[in-house]
Amino acid sequence: MPKRNDIKKILIIGAGPIVIGQACEFDYSGSQACKALKEEGYEVVLVNSNPATIMTDPGIADATYVEPLTPEFIEKIIKKERPDALLPTLGGQTGLNLAMKLYEQGILEKYGIEMLGAKYEVIKKAEDRAEFKAVSIKIGLDLPKSVFAYSVEEAITQVESIGFPCIIRASFTLGGTGGGIARNMDEFERIAALGIESSMIHEILIEESIEGWKEYELEVMRDRADNVVIVCSIENLDPMGVHTGDSITVAPAQTLTDAEYQLMRDYSIKLIREIGVETGGSNIQFAVNPTNGRMVIIEMNPRVSRSSALASKATGFPIAKFAAKLAVGYTLDEIQNDITKETPACFEPTIDYVVVKIPRFTFEKFPEAKDILGIQMKSVGETMAIGRNFKEALQKGLRGLEIDHIGLDNKQDFRYIEDEKIKLRLMEPNASRIFYLKYALQKGYSIEEVVKLSKIDVWFIDQIAQILEIEEELNSAVSLTETVSPALLRKAKENGFSDAQLAEIMNKSEKDIRQMRKELGIVATFKLVDTCAAEFEAYTPYYYSTYETEDEAIINNKKRASKKKKIMILGGGPNRIGQGIEFDYCCCHASFALKEMGFETIMINSNPETVSTDYDTSDRLYFEPLTFEDVMNVYDVEKPDGVIVQFGGQTPLNLARRLHQAGVPIIGTSVDSIDLAENRELFSKLINELKIAQPANASTTSKEETLIQAERVGYPVLVRPSYVLGGRAMRIVYDEESLRSFLDEVHSVSRGHPVLIDKFLEDAQEVDVDAICDGQDVYIGGVMEHIENAGIHSGDSACVLPPYTLREDIVNEIKAHTVRLAKTLKVIGLLNIQFAVKGHRVYVLEVNPRASRTSPFVSKAIGVSLPKIAAQIMAGKTLKDFQLPNPDDLKYFCVKESVLPFSRFSGVDIILGPEMKSTGEVMGTANTFGAAFAKAQAAANQSLPQRGTVFISVNDFDKRHVSFIAQKLADLKFKILATKGTAQVLRTNGVEVAIVDKHHEGQNNALTLLKKSEINLIINTPSGKKSQSDMRSIRAAAILHNIPCITTLQGAWAAVYGIEACLKEEFTVESLQSLYRSNLPAGRQA
Amino acid sequence: MKEAILYLQDGTAFHGRTLTQTGETIGEAVFNTALTGYQEVLTDPSYTAQIVIMTYPLIGNYGINDEDQESDAIHVKGFVVKEFSRRPSNWRSKQSIIEYLDENKILAIEGVDTRALTRHLRLAGAMKAIISTEDFDPKSLQAKLDAAPSMEGADLVKDVSTQKKYVWKAKGPRRYKIAAIDCGIKWNILRIFAGLGCEIHVFPAKTSFKDIMAIKPDGLFLSNGPGDPAVVTYVIDTVKQALGKVPIFGICLGNQILGLALGGSTYKLKFGHHGINHPVKDFENNRIGITSQNHGFCVDINSLNLDEVEVIHVNLNDQSVEGIRHKKYPAFSIQYHPESAPGPHDSKYLFEKFISMIEQHKK
Repeated sequence: MPKRNDIKKILIIGAGPIVIGQACEFDYSGSQACKALKEEGYEVVLVNSNPATIMTDPGIADATYVEPLTPEFIEKIIKKERPDALLPTLGGQTGLNLAMKLYEQGILEKYGIEMLGAKYEVIKKAEDRAEFKAVSIKIGLDLPKSVFAYSVEEAITQVESIGFPCIIRASFTLGGTGGGIARNMDEFERIAALGIESSMIHEILIEESIEGWKEYELEVMRDRADNVVIVCSIENLDPMGVHTGDSITVAPAQTLTDAEYQLMRDYSIKLIREIGVETGGSNIQFAVNPTNGRMVIIEMNPRVSRSSALASKATGFPIAKFAAKLAVGYTLDEIQNDITKETPACFEPTIDYVVVKIPRFTFEKFPEAKDILGIQMKSVGETMAIGRNFKEALQKGLRGLEIDHIGLDNKQDFRYIEDEKIKLRLMEPNASRIFYLKYALQKGYSIEEVVKLSKIDVWFIDQIAQILEIEEELNSAVSLTETVSPALLRKAKENGFSDAQLAEIMNKSEKDIRQMRKELGIVATFKLVDTCAAEFEAYTPYYYSTYETEDEAIINNKKRASKKKKIMILGGGPNRIGQGIEFDYCCCHASFALKEMGFETIMINSNPETVSTDYDTSDRLYFEPLTFEDVMNVYDVEKPDGVIVQFGGQTPLNLARRLHQAGVPIIGTSVDSIDLAENRELFSKLINELKIAQPANASTTSKEETLIQAERVGYPVLVRPSYVLGGRAMRIVYDEESLRSFLDEVHSVSRGHPVLIDKFLEDAQEVDVDAICDGQDVYIGGVMEHIENAGIHSGDSACVLPPYTLREDIVNEIKAHTVRLAKTLKVIGLLNIQFAVKGHRVYVLEVNPRASRTSPFVSKAIGVSLPKIAAQIMAGKTLKDFQLPNPDDLKYFCVKESVLPFSRFSGVDIILGPEMKSTGEVMGTANTFGAAFAKAQAAANQSLPQRGTVFISVNDFDKRHVSFIAQKLADLKFKILATKGTAQVLRTNGVEVAIVDKHHEGQNNALTLLKKSEINLIINTPSGKKSQSDMRSIRAAAILHNIPCITTLQGAWAAVYGIEACLKEEFTVESLQSLYRSNLPAGRQA
Repeated sequence: MKEAILYLQDGTAFHGRTLTQTGETIGEAVFNTALTGYQEVLTDPSYTAQIVIMTYPLIGNYGINDEDQESDAIHVKGFVVKEFSRRPSNWRSKQSIIEYLDENKILAIEGVDTRALTRHLRLAGAMKAIISTEDFDPKSLQAKLDAAPSMEGADLVKDVSTQKKYVWKAKGPRRYKIAAIDCGIKWNILRIFAGLGCEIHVFPAKTSFKDIMAIKPDGLFLSNGPGDPAVVTYVIDTVKQALGKVPIFGICLGNQILGLALGGSTYKLKFGHHGINHPVKDFENNRIGITSQNHGFCVDINSLNLDEVEVIHVNLNDQSVEGIRHKKYPAFSIQYHPESAPGPHDSKYLFEKFISMIEQHKK
């Protein structure tokens, strides 16, 4: 069937900010879909509030709206654009839920918009647990026993028929929010209440626990001629009980016989047909009882998902791209397989390698939260590794996680781990269980015992035992002969041992090992990911390394005999807090720009969620961990003319020095300059020479020295270990006692690196600058004024571009400093500087001669891709070659707001600080600061109220200032509530206010009012070191009830402006394309 | 553990090791791209005289069970993988693949760069190969290969066909009586027929038409099997006689034999189709099925008399013939494996189609 001609314009809804459970994978799928639809001649309208996405690049869709993902805003866009159809299945759960709301509110009908791929009823059938259960039973599928409840009382009666332990799942949520496992009535009541609360339709499912069963996923595609194919099967290493997003998963399924697999396939096909997903991809999850093979269905996602992105990367079959083509009427046999070119997409990929995905956690950021895993997703990123066996893939994946493990290594000495702890770590799923499996075997636990404790399948445990056996073989060879035989060395490499691991075992340096094996001819070979296990010729150069006899990268490069110069770009690895999609955006842009310039681009990355690991992005893709060894392996085969390390965040930057020493030609800012900027002492000296102000600071290596220097610098001080990203382990301490306890804590973090101390500038304004330098000239892309004061990590604070309160002379001084610093550091490429402004004095906080987290935001705001320009400059162009707009001419305000994951980590306070905690960002754009801020809040799911009650409780320091804010809110007809102390000050200043208690005694307390939704906004600034337990529970409740809670005074001011704007004007929506046109008429190049 | 060599007729050598059996074996090297189903592959009689290379690197993960046999013996001549699983895991598993291969004295090797080997066979075509743990001398290995018979022109059916007729009972009451000519029949074909109420009389391949018709079958089934179909003239002749007299359904070799009986010819594919992911379009219902495939020979579309014969199924990867039917007589055949085992169940409906053909014919 050919494509449909009755539709012309298609609306795609993106997934919004990166949150736990929804990361870059939807940028990958959305970008693919947009490109595919444009290719087919459709006009694509895109809305996504996340500026750090490739999909929101103005070239990807025809009209791109970076606007809040709410029905109100989407309706405005619809009204303006009048699309014929909406493709709801590519924007994750956010996009799907939004499409559902648009339908339910009659907006789609009103504007005559058709839902493509899956209709409303279909999505409802798949997503609504009651309907899904009914459908499954109808077609004869087995399910865990389950009942529904719509109130806590009902739940308590119903749970009797299920028994404990049982699982509670809330309908219509993402990443398992509002769910959990209850082992007794107490736990049950708590989780049930939470679930009913967080479900969009106040529905929970209480389910028979199938904890410990084997878990599988199938990625299914269907076209409108009813052809169905399975793209990939995935088996979870962690059995049922751990959210799939938090499980180590393996593709293809390993321990299913063909008979069982085909049964699962049959069920999937029956289900997708019965649910009625017309076209596109779905993800279907199964559980299998390991003792008798009973197979039950768990759930189905009628959309592209995190797993479908993984499946696409694991097989080379681009699910989202094909889903878009199927949605407009093509059938699978009409689409060509990109990779083989001669065969159709209507087939089932087969692979000749093993893929392992490992989640990346950031529990270290939330010390109050336990690293225990359950059915609510907690990981913030993932890495994928490919090998010719499971052991190789697993070890590659572990070193690719970038959590200081060099494989399935011996970071802890098993001899010192107590049995008690081993048992607990095996029984209770947690972030480091994979290592404890090995520790247990090392301690002498049998494979059976480990299986019994962990409920992990014996096949996986045996694989780990095999890794251990090889390690022991190596150890005994070393102790007997002080070396290992070439055959054993090869065996170790074939099973994924890194040079670093071997160095540890053999008491040599990594360099020695590398040299030794190269001399022995034991070198990595590259194989293709080709969808067909080499049955057909493959044309897409997507490689992984392994230790085999034939290297296809070499063969293909020779065959192609390209004369083009090659540039290799190192990606950012798995997403984590502090390093996420922003850096992938930069890497992709570098690749696009260099391709345009006629270079061959080579991408190395290990993150399956990203656009950079789409085989379409670069000329060659190497799916590899970003370690020295793995990067060098690619380097040895490709011998690129230049390597870019400044776009992938701290990951490649950390490798820069070693790569440089190994003779790798790093282009752009020199490694020495990078070091100069990162080295506190050298940098401090440089700043002094330039006569630029900086907070008094010191770098120390011992505890005593730190205490002395802190005294000298003067409290409060900002302390942190050097070489960290995202403010890891950074803290503001006010006295010696706190400094001492901090030093004890960070001992493990710093690992030999010095401790950095800075005078903390209280009450200072923070400013970020992103610029490009070609060695001669400097282009300032944007000066961003932070909403929150210095002291809040720049990644967590909101910021606005252009500045809205900074005086012009201050801005000019900041620009002048930027230019001088860029030139002095001989920056070639991107540069980010953080400034603090206190009492009209400008201080430099830090200089980062690399892509920054704000690069995409600035690029989106001004309509120029900074990384794209920077990459070209690194490859030899100069700024003079470009006609760049003056960002001062911006006629609108862009506000970046960060999105925080607090709802995922119970027990964690939501106070912001110098340690970064946000996972993602949104952008709001409007003609006034207030409106832009209000939009950004709406986009961050913190919509500002326009009427109602504000509860204020601030620390003594802020009490005086808050009066103005309170008065303003009162003028805007808000009712003001405050705690006693705050209220007194407000009254003194003439603000009408009612007093409430915090949470104890009586009905008239803030907590109760909050729970009854009688409070619409909270302004609460934390007070120094004093116990905060009262306010803490209020803040926690605010998160639960999704009531905006502002924890800084500056934030409160911005909110007042925002509310004022909401009341004053009807918000409009504007596409980026039209914004850029109106503001920047000069010939833009990027 | 012992070093082993896999030496190909064109002089290319690959190295691996054997975990158990030692010695030497010769066969035609073919690769199979299925991710699952190694037990079915090993016991599929169509693999007689072939050395099978599995492209999926981890083989044996779920062990060997009692139910997934496709015949009563292992038929592959040799087995080549990247890595055997020493510790299977599956609730039905009875033994490890290593034990199973050892017990059946099959020379199987691991540690081979099976992807490089597969690429080579794709580019150079399927060819004779020898696995040896004793002889590593290229000249001597070459001589052994040169002396071995080639697949083309080889009648392997006579070796795998049952010696005596036997009856596979219907599941439940018998509704149909099917005569099957056993050229190397897979048990799942029999299981599916039995499940549809058929009692299957399985005949040695050389049984005469008269002897077959003596049981008054409702339908005649031509099974899958190994080797070159063109030399299985005794079955081709039987089919010629049966045309129009009894409904005929053929699978795999059965398809080639029907094609030959209808006057067509067959040719050898470069490296064959061995996998479970091939898209095939059925022009009678316009649906695409993902199919299980295992054949080295193919019916030549140009050799068919299209006035009499219609091509009803085509492989979408290479446009080769995957099914034919006679325009006048009740006879059709399928090149792939609707019985799956291993593989998707998308094409099971073809058995039902044969049953309705029988019903039609009865009227």
